[in-house]
Amino acid sequence: MRRWLREHRHALGAALARFAEQRTASLLNALVIGVALALPAGGYALLANLRALTQRFTLEPELTVFMRVEATRADADALGARLRSDARVRSVRFTSREAALKELRETAGLGDVVAALDYNPLPDAFVVRARDPQPAALEALAAELRAVPSVAEVQVDSAWARRLAALLDLGRLAVALLAALLGVALVAVTFNTIRLQILTRRDEIEISKLIGATDAFVRRPFFYLGLLQGAAGGLLAAGILWAALAALNVGVRELAQAYGSDFQLGFLRPAEAAALLAFSAALGWLGAYLSVSKYLREIEPK
Amino acid sequence: MISFSNVSKRYPGGGQALHGLTLAIQAGELAFVTGHSGAGKSTLLKLIPAIERATSGSVIVAGQNVGALKRAALPFLRRNLGLVFQDQKLLYDRSVYDNVMLPLAISGHAPREAAPRARAALDKVGLLARERANPIQLSGGEQQRLAIARAVVSRPSILIADEPTANLDAESAGLILDIFVSFNQVGVTVLVATHDEALVRRYARRVVRLAAGRLAEDSGAA
Ligand SMILES: Nc1ncnc2c1ncn2[C@@H]1O[C@H](COP(=O)(O)OP(=O)(O)O)[C@@H](O)[C@H]1O
Ligand SMILES: [Mg+2]
Repeated sequence: MRRWLREHRHALGAALARFAEQRTASLLNALVIGVALALPAGGYALLANLRALTQRFTLEPELTVFMRVEATRADADALGARLRSDARVRSVRFTSREAALKELRETAGLGDVVAALDYNPLPDAFVVRARDPQPAALEALAAELRAVPSVAEVQVDSAWARRLAALLDLGRLAVALLAALLGVALVAVTFNTIRLQILTRRDEIEISKLIGATDAFVRRPFFYLGLLQGAAGGLLAAGILWAALAALNVGVRELAQAYGSDFQLGFLRPAEAAALLAFSAALGWLGAYLSVSKYLREIEPK
Repeated sequence: MISFSNVSKRYPGGGQALHGLTLAIQAGELAFVTGHSGAGKSTLLKLIPAIERATSGSVIVAGQNVGALKRAALPFLRRNLGLVFQDQKLLYDRSVYDNVMLPLAISGHAPREAAPRARAALDKVGLLARERANPIQLSGGEQQRLAIARAVVSRPSILIADEPTANLDAESAGLILDIFVSFNQVGVTVLVATHDEALVRRYARRVVRLAAGRLAEDSGAA
């Protein structure tokens, strides 16, 4: 165990030395990886923020219930009483057809149109807030209300939220595809870095094998180098994302304030940031692994 | 300690380097292998750490048939051998000291335990004062002594050197051979290949002369 730790410490030290020795090239590689990973990470963060935003809206799920025009006020009162006693309903707001017409008349430019009407075409209406924000619960309530004879129509205002959710799913798929694609690019970048490292260290590899180095001993520093480069790229990606969100938030804050909201774009949660780092480190390791498997065996002492 | 039985070696696409050679080196012995260029000296030495494998015949080193060893077993064979090459094969991107530390790191020694051994090895070849230098700053003779320090730092029971005095003036060459003699005096089996017959005749030691891949002379077969 102690020997195992010692060998790994030695390999990590060697990898750090190689990273430092080619400082500029190492940092440029990490930057390429960082920029590439910042794209899907940014997409992911924006989607998570959008989802949080839509959840705020669907937390206030509303149904609008329109009565038949020929329904009487007694019908409306009966439905109102029924809704208020329903346990699934949080609140009910009634808008009478007279109030609706008055509102329409006061709407700029429509006064003359309304005056020309010799009857009120608007129905009584209820705006119903449900306790359960789930689309399925809303739909069930809406279906029940549609079956009431005096009800003409029920609008579920969460329909747009459902459409947005579908769009978010699509967005998530796009981010996943982007991450997969750029992940392959990351593996390729590391593969090539390690290939060059192996070629420039040909003598060292040959000599090490001559004086009794096992394959594992020779490989390990290259694995660590790939891992380090990937992790450095992941760290840069997180930094780029953080800076980009901070810059965007200046504008977002203004916009949100105009709507009376304190909404801000949030950074990745700690577990997500850790996952980004682990993902990039693992891809770096994979690139190194593939490169080492392909090129290291060819180097044998002569 | 080392025995060759009817060993032949033909390089793929090349000529026949060794023809049915039989030779035994006893433990604690020092032997010089001489012969003209192309006689097969380097090939003979390369069979011992299994850098090359015999086409036929067997090579036994410390009881192991090295020709039959699996690839994964080679590192452990090589850790028990000290190898010195004509071109030194030093690492020029690190210090003299780090060059000598490499075999100890490879065999998994803790740095605390390895450091005094590395210094002792450098001291034996007279390079302790240069431990911080880069090998490129050393003279040819000093570089060869550094290669010897690296070869002996793991305290191998067998020391093998291929043309360690090539490109050296007579004085440096004598110094190098004296170092090999001193290691042999403390019990290390030493095998040195050189084309410089005049040099080795100054030492009253066993001389094995090869000619065109065959044994031409063996002054003191045990
Ligand atoms: N890697 C190789 N491939 C093909 N032929 C080789 C190789 N190494 C050595 N030879 C040939 O084997 C013969 C013996 O070479 P070598 O063992 O190097 O002799 P020496 O060390 O005595 O000069 C020579 O004819 C040489 O050309
Ligand atoms: Mg030779």
